Amino acid sequence: MTHSSSHQRLMTGAEIFVRSLVEEKVDVVFGYPGGAVIGIYDALHDISDIKHILTRHEQGAVHAAEGYSKASGRPGVALVTSGPGATNTVTGIADAYMDSIPIVVFTGQVALKLIGNDAFQEADIVGITRPITKHNYLVRDVNELAATIKEAFYVATTGRPGPVLVDLPKDVMASKAVFSYPKSVKLRSYQPHTEGHQKQLSKAAELIAKAKRPVLYVGGGTILSGASEELTAFARATGIPVTTTLHGLGAFPESDELSLGMLGMHGTWYSNTAVHYSDLLIAVGARFDDRVTGRTDAFAPEAKKIHIDIDPSNISKNVKVDVPIVGDVKTVLKQLTPMVKPLDTKDWVRTIRAWKEEHPLRYRNGKEVRMQHVIQTLSGLTKGNAVMVSDVGQHQMWMAQFFNYMLPRTHLTSGGLGTMGFSLPAAMGAAFARRDIPVISVSGDGGFQMNIQELATIREHSVPVKIIILNNGYLGMVRQWQQLFWRKRYSHVEMFGPDFVKVAEAYGIPGFRATQTAEVEETLRRLLDTEGPALAEFRVMKEDNVYPMIPAGQTYNEIMDVPEATEEEQGERLELVTIAKG
Amino acid sequence: MTAAEQEQDPQVHKHTISVLLENKFGALNRVAGMFSAKGYNLESITVGPTEDESVSRMTIVTTGDDAIIEQIIKQLNKLIDTLKVVDLTYESFMERELALIKVSTSADTRSEIMQIAEIFRAKIVDISHKTMTVEATGSGQKVDAIIKMLKPFHIKELARTGRVALKREFVGDV
Ligand SMILES: Cc1ncc(C[n+]2csc(CCOP(=O)(O)OP(=O)(O)O)c2C)c(N)n1
Ligand SMILES: [Mg+2]
Repeated sequence: MTHSSSHQRLMTGAEIFVRSLVEEKVDVVFGYPGGAVIGIYDALHDISDIKHILTRHEQGAVHAAEGYSKASGRPGVALVTSGPGATNTVTGIADAYMDSIPIVVFTGQVALKLIGNDAFQEADIVGITRPITKHNYLVRDVNELAATIKEAFYVATTGRPGPVLVDLPKDVMASKAVFSYPKSVKLRSYQPHTEGHQKQLSKAAELIAKAKRPVLYVGGGTILSGASEELTAFARATGIPVTTTLHGLGAFPESDELSLGMLGMHGTWYSNTAVHYSDLLIAVGARFDDRVTGRTDAFAPEAKKIHIDIDPSNISKNVKVDVPIVGDVKTVLKQLTPMVKPLDTKDWVRTIRAWKEEHPLRYRNGKEVRMQHVIQTLSGLTKGNAVMVSDVGQHQMWMAQFFNYMLPRTHLTSGGLGTMGFSLPAAMGAAFARRDIPVISVSGDGGFQMNIQELATIREHSVPVKIIILNNGYLGMVRQWQQLFWRKRYSHVEMFGPDFVKVAEAYGIPGFRATQTAEVEETLRRLLDTEGPALAEFRVMKEDNVYPMIPAGQTYNEIMDVPEATEEEQGERLELVTIAKG
Repeated sequence: MTAAEQEQDPQVHKHTISVLLENKFGALNRVAGMFSAKGYNLESITVGPTEDESVSRMTIVTTGDDAIIEQIIKQLNKLIDTLKVVDLTYESFMERELALIKVSTSADTRSEIMQIAEIFRAKIVDISHKTMTVEATGSGQKVDAIIKMLKPFHIKELARTGRVALKREFVGDV
């Protein structure tokens, strides 16, 4: 390591910590103080370069760091105390691990000599988080602190990104050393390679040249690598249609004729159909997750498969592929694009167009508010120019379906872990990173109550988050499964909720409510037009289901589309609304 | 798959994997934790320093079909502290394991046990009126064999180190 900015003055670990964050150009830290980090908080008090945001729960701090990172591409930072402060970060860390989000979490720890003694507020957080971090560290010597912090940011943000935890014993942070921040890091044991292998690229180009029914299957890795432009150029140059995963939404503009929208369990009928009949599937920064493939042996059965991924362990993990290319998506696409020629996909695209017309996304609209309608209206009002942060449940799937994503880093969701309670704090974090476009948090009535406390943080800092609650009075997604697969035995899914508008007002946040379809657009306009934070609750239809659906572990042949209208529904003369991507 | 089923599956083979890691706090935990988190079989794991103080060598004996072994190697490589992973199974390699076997003895059986030890080039390292302890070194198979031979005398206590292995430079028998 080469060192720069060496100051001969001795500094405490706490001061070194703060100075290191400044060197990393960290502008905001989400955190919560306590006994083990009181020295660090004392050092933070004097620093004007770093804004510290006191969340109301450590889980909120980690999700905020995730939201900040997802929206900006820069690493998010959280700082918490030992013991309960540290254990409260576990869900957020696991979430970041599953979704490959670069964050660095700093935890206080009891003094070195007390470790292992069941000391007050001691928890073995390094042990607890070992399987859910990309890497973690216990700093045992103040002389190693700066280098460890440098390494933590480096590991979090390079290769396949992920969360890194640094545990900081109280005595280490109080002892003194000369501060010298390394300029660069070189680890002999960790050197992710970003360039695709030439031989593999040639093989891929050959397969592409021969393809008649190719599909690009694009995942979150494309967005993480900042490769949306390269991907869009590649798709347009070759004429290959694009479907994205939940995390890939925004990597390719959904208004493009080549767009198929999302694939998988709740993907569009036509994207799953196209993948099923494709003869070449090019996975780009996607990992053949079970929510995408269903039963793996029946997934894209006729297709040759090319897989571009930075993580070698993702290759042939779930599905055997013909041509793996290990490397950074952006670099690999830059290498591959000049090696391919435009394909004649006119017939294929025409077939897909017919499928889109036959089986668009659709719902029956009526007087009662439909979540789909709220989201579709929002898509129209914002024209895709907003950071949409969803929670987990039915609304999350409809957000993926009925909003037209146009830009990378505008769809933030907890995809891998599926963490209810993600949306509100993540949107808050995103709003610290992006002030140029609106940040909109959308939750169900269930998930919203899991991190509801962050309303206080949002209010305190007037964070301009627009908060939407789609209230169906149910843990809707679980209810849907109970209805479809458990003989409609609704076990513990109906639930009481508070008056959300009054809750908002209690926190000093303006609140609006819509209870009928006719009020939806006006309510959304008021929400979007309000300065600073605002909340809108939509009382929506209680028992509506997300379609299309391929039930878990099943195949394309079991796809369920929106059922025919019941007699009752026919009597209501509901309006059939359809939308197709592209 | 249960262990019994795995044993019968012709696709499943035993592999000896050698891993060089940064000699850092918690390295063994990372590897062992990865095996249990991913549900991989871990037959034995040994760790110790190498000629370079900053590097540890871990020798892992595991079983799995080709796809599982491929994942195990990738997951080992994925650990930030991993310097090198070699599946020795496809190479010519030396392997040794050490066992201490404490056997019940009486005046009648003592000489028979000593004969068995001699055949296996094992050593007697402890003796009392009622017991004898045999130190056996060799391949896992050899250690298995001596244990089998000593079983009828009643093994009171047994300790095995697990396998250590290195790639051969000279190809052939030494
Ligand atoms: C922390 C957590 N607990 C439980 C679940 C399981 N789960 C998945 S979706 C869901 C229902 C969510 O209900 P709500 O937030 O009201 O959203 P809706 O499905 O009604 O849109 C539940 C309980 C989860 N994903 N996360
Ligand atoms: Mg709900």
